[in-house]
Parts: sequence; C-alpha cells; structure tokens
Amino acid sequence: MLIALFVITAVSGGLLGLVYGMTKDAIAEVDAKKNEAAIQAVLPLDGEITYKADTLRYNYEGADLTFPCNLAYDANGNFKGAAVKTSEGGFGGKIDMMVGFLADGTIKGTSVLSHAETPGLGANMTGKFKDQFVDKNPASFKLIVTKDGGNVDAITAATITSRAFSKAVDKAYKAFEANKSQFITKAPAKEVTPDADVAPAEENNENMEGGQDNE
Amino acid sequence: MSNNVKTFTKGLIKENPILVLLLGCCPTLATTTSAINGMSMGLATTFVLIMSNLVISLLKGFIPDKVRIPCFIVVIASFVTIVQLVMQAYVPDIYETLGLFIPLIVVNCIVLGRAEAFASKNPVWPSILDGAGMGLGFTLALTVLGCIRELLGSGSVFGLRILPETANILVFILPPGAFICLGFVIAIVNQFKKESH
Amino acid sequence: MKYLIIILSTILVNNVIFSQFLGICPFLGTSKKTSTALGMGAAVIFVLTLATLVTWLVNQYILIPLGLDKFMQTIAFILIIAALVQMVEIILKKISPSLYTALGVFLPLITTNCAVLGVSLTVVTKEFNYGGVAHMLSLGESVVYAVGIALGFALALVIFAGIREHIDLMEAPKGMKGTPIALITAGILALAFMGFTGIV
Repeated sequence: MLIALFVITAVSGGLLGLVYGMTKDAIAEVDAKKNEAAIQAVLPLDGEITYKADTLRYNYEGADLTFPCNLAYDANGNFKGAAVKTSEGGFGGKIDMMVGFLADGTIKGTSVLSHAETPGLGANMTGKFKDQFVDKNPASFKLIVTKDGGNVDAITAATITSRAFSKAVDKAYKAFEANKSQFITKAPAKEVTPDADVAPAEENNENMEGGQDNE
Repeated sequence: MSNNVKTFTKGLIKENPILVLLLGCCPTLATTTSAINGMSMGLATTFVLIMSNLVISLLKGFIPDKVRIPCFIVVIASFVTIVQLVMQAYVPDIYETLGLFIPLIVVNCIVLGRAEAFASKNPVWPSILDGAGMGLGFTLALTVLGCIRELLGSGSVFGLRILPETANILVFILPPGAFICLGFVIAIVNQFKKESH
Repeated sequence: MKYLIIILSTILVNNVIFSQFLGICPFLGTSKKTSTALGMGAAVIFVLTLATLVTWLVNQYILIPLGLDKFMQTIAFILIIAALVQMVEIILKKISPSLYTALGVFLPLITTNCAVLGVSLTVVTKEFNYGGVAHMLSLGESVVYAVGIALGFALALVIFAGIREHIDLMEAPKGMKGTPIALITAGILALAFMGFTGIV
C-alpha cells in the first residue's frame, strides 16, 4: 500500500531532478543578467570599461561584513569606480541593492535587486526616492533620514524602508572608502566585459508609480 | 459530446471555483494586486490543474484508496515544482512577485478538490476538460479582481495608465482592499444568482 | 527580547490572515461560532509549531546536504505535514476522543491549510531582520515564529467569530448574505490591524 506512494514519490523525484537539471542554467543566467543590468544602471561610464569582480571586507557596527563588487577600469587601467552590492533588513524583509560609486566616492546610481516592501509605500523606493542619491557624495550628504538628522528625504509613511535603504548605501560607502586605496594601484587581472546590448534596468520589480512626498 | 462541453464550461461561470464554490481564497486575495499578477497566478494554477487531473486520472487504477490523498498530493506537488522552476527560469519578474504563492498551489483547495471529486473517478479526457474549465474560471475571476484592484489602487490596467495618479486609492492594493473587493464581487455574483431563480 | 519581538510582530504586525493572506479558507469556514474557532485555533497552534520544527530540521539536515532543496522542498514539506496531521489525528482519537469529535472534519483539513505549508516554507527561504542584521532564521527563532503566527491565527479567528455571531442576526442585502459580508468585515478588521504597523 505504501509501496504505491513510494513509487509515485520516487518517479516524481526523478522527473523533478530532470527538470531542475534542464532549468538550472537558465535560472543562473537570470541572476547573471540581472547583475549586469544593475551594474550598467548604477555605474554608467563612458569609453571602454573593463570590470573586475572582487569582494570588499569591512567591519560595520561591530559585524564583519562582505560586499561583492565589480571594479571598473578604463582603457588605460585607471580605476574609475565600483558597483557595490549591499543589503539591509527593511520592513518586509531583506532589501538587496547595488550602489555605483565613482573613484572619489560620489554616488552615480542605485538599483534595488530584490525587496519585500509594501507596494505603494516602501516599494516606491525604486522610483523618485532613489534618484535623490545620484551625484551626491556621502562625505557631505549624510546618509541618514532627515528625521534622524541627516540629508535623506524619506518616503512619506515609509520611514523604515527609507532608513534601511540609506543604511545599505552607507554600509556600501564606508566599505568602498576603506578599501579603495588598494584598487587605485591594481590593474585588472580578469576581463569581465558586460554585454553592451543589455539595456540599463531602472526598476526590476512590480510596476510602481513614484510616491508623492508631502513636505 | 455535449457532456464534455458541460464538463468544461461549468468551471467557467456556473461552478466558478472562487466566486461560487469559494475555494482558493488565499491566492485570490494575495496575488490580485494587479491584473497581470492575477492572470499569471491563474494560468499557473490552470497548468497544475490540467496536468494533475490528467496524471491522477491515468493512475486511478494504480493508486490504492487508503493512501490516495498523499499520492494525489505528490503528483500535484511535482507539477507545482515544475511550474516553479520554469517560471524562475523564464519569467523571473512574475516569479518574484508571486513569490510564496506558487508553491502554495499545492494546497490550493481547488486542485486537490478536483482530483478527489472528479479526476480520480473519471476518464482522462473529461478530467482534462474539468481541470481546464475550473482553471480558466479561476483565471477569469483572478484577472477581473486584479483589474479592479489595479484600476482603483494604481490607476492602470495591465500596466497601461488609465486614471491619473492623484486618483489612486492605495488601500485597494493593500490587504483590506483585497477582502473588500472580493466581498463586493461575490456579492454581485450572488445577486445575479438569486435573481435567476 | 528578540523572541518577544518575533511574537509581537507575527501576531499583530504581520498577522497571518490580515496581512499575509494565509489560512483564509478555514478562517472563513470555521469562524461562524466562537467555540469552533477556539478549537480550530488550538489545533492549528499545535500542528503549525510541530510542522515548522520538523520541516526545518529535515530541510537543514537532509535536503540541503543532499542538494535536494532546490526541487524536492515542496514535495517533502507537504508529505511531512500530511503525515503529522495523520499522526495528530490518531493520537487525539486515543487521548481525547471528545476533542477529536469536536474538531471533526477540521483536523484533516489542516493539511491543506496554506498557513502551515506557507510558514514552513517562509522560515527556510526568507531572511528576517530580527535582532538587527538580516539573516535566515535559526531553529529556535523559527519555532517561536511559528507559535506567534499560530497565535495570530487563533486571535483573528476568535475575534472574527465573535463579530460574525452578531452579523448573522442582522438583515444583510440579498447578495451580501453570508460570505460577502464576512469578507467585507474581514477587510475592515485588516484595516484595523494595519494600525499596528511600525510598533516593532
């Protein structure tokens, strides 16, 4: 009697293993494409750029954290900037994002890779909210919401999300600043050129309209 | 022949799984924040319904009665996992939006309900039609609900903006709006049902 | 302290019914009388906690080491839940036949309660922010999370049953009778629960 159940489970297991084998490359490619699109979106640079994957290590508020990143070098081997992956716990779960920094620390762009924030509220961080970080240098632009004494304009009714976003950017900035001296002298060892045809993705979550900030 | 047609069409309106039989409420409320989300969820469920009805009808002689529910569950769960993997690989954005509710198709009362009530007792072709009819009825209801909530909450339908942003009533894409919209839609269906008696 | 936050946030802030949309079918089905609601709530608390415990262990020590968690998770979890419910039924029949008959058909229905499978999957796939750094829940945190969720479920059920007992005494318009008015009431309750946002 239980044999029937066992047989069905075994056959199903085998079938699923097969389907998994067929799809796992496509699934991995989805992640890779998302990454490449995000790098282009947060670090739009002119000229021939080669990217080198690396990891930043930094002790933030007592915890040793690692940040995967992609360092950008121009045709002459000069360090132009980096796209740093960072994350922070938001309202509904972890917010994964990428921040693009120029060599002097100026933020060139931010891109949210995944999140679980409330649609219509925190989810609007992928709209107008994130644009305020572009071309700001955290040396002068404090990465804390105005309510806590900083320079970031929070999303109305989504303070927790805004705080988490700012903290994620802050972590990436501090890690970048602490490590960048070693990159300025290093020349690229591995050439990882992203696909030039990939269009920069601004938002890759649900269609959400930009929030309205009431001052 | 007309028996098969009835098998197929009953799931669309007369015995619509969510609006009449009130099954499958969880995904209905959770995934109808926009029309495309609702439709995708409905289509994924339809695929599982058709395939599991097909296989269970084929295996009905082989599955002993005492372990039939676990066996049905394994078959259904396999197709759900297939849907999961395929969506993750080829429509990743929708996969991320639907999230937890894709694996939850396994415990969608509609799927297990049809397996138990129909597919385990009927031949293959009618079982397929039953699954297709119920699935499409479910998809229809989800899409309609999704359209309503998207229109009221985001001012758009299938992503095309129709109402200005200032007309957005946020609550409709949040949980309370889900309950309220579904309540009104079922109420309207009930009203028409009662008038036809 | 962290466990208190988990309990509070699962009962009030992310209530399984009013915020996560899990467990709606039994919610609408068993909330007509407060006594059935209490019984269902108690049964769910027991099954949910046990199921989360067992599935977490199986996932951690069997599925992940064998690399099966990418495609066997759903099947394994739902089979475990079905088996557990079966076991609970048998044990309850022996230990407390009166409770067994009181719960009646609701007990096997817990297998298809999306809250049980939903919570089991959530704790092994989602990263949470309890205690500062975003991380996957440990065994202890998962069990406390499950208890909190089930308590939230029971709370929602009992509140709703209380309201429904009153609504049933009133004249609703023709189309609204029964489920529609119940859904709208649930919507207003969900609105009320939204007020708890941000307390943790």
